[in-house]
Amino acid sequence: MTIQLSHFSAAVLFALFASIVFGITQRNTTREMLRYGLYCFAMFAGGVIAAGWVMWLLRR
Amino acid sequence: MANSTTDKTKAAEGLKTDAPPVTTMSVVAPAIAWLIPGAGHLIQKRWGRGLLLMASIVTMFLLGLALEGRVYKPNGGDILDMLGFVGNVGAGGLYIVTRAMDWGKGAIAHATADYGTKYLIVAGLLNFIAAADAYHIAIGKKP
Repeated sequence: MTIQLSHFSAAVLFALFASIVFGITQRNTTREMLRYGLYCFAMFAGGVIAAGWVMWLLRR
Repeated sequence: MANSTTDKTKAAEGLKTDAPPVTTMSVVAPAIAWLIPGAGHLIQKRWGRGLLLMASIVTMFLLGLALEGRVYKPNGGDILDMLGFVGNVGAGGLYIVTRAMDWGKGAIAHATADYGTKYLIVAGLLNFIAAADAYHIAIGKKP
């Protein structure tokens, strides 16, 4: 079975899974894990959007 | 001279007390965590964390295969291929099954296949982190 993902959906799924693992492994309490996981997800997804805008500006 | 000997003894004692205790769990947990993602947490009764790690890493690896990513072999010849192999082999049992079934040939026809290759590598690297975390739980460094 093969699937096709858009660049954005592939990046968001990557961010989701990596953030879950980072959150669980890098913090000690459940609350800290959740906060750090959300922080990592925001950084990953925000980084993708920021990089997209930078590339859009470079292309102009 | 006597002081020197005493110091050495104290230093040796210090090393002994600082070293993490070697228990069966401290050896088994990271090994099984590498072989089956999340299992290192599950055998230590960290059910929620174990299941989340397992779901994340296994899904990421399977998505990598579904995106037609490439699985690296140990004798790639190129340094980047070797690094790719190190990342892939972190997935443990998933990598062994994939190689045994001869999956992960990689498609160069479309760009998203490269995402698949990256998913496969990162799933392995994340599993290394999960195995290290299982070890830290086993030695009591983490709750």
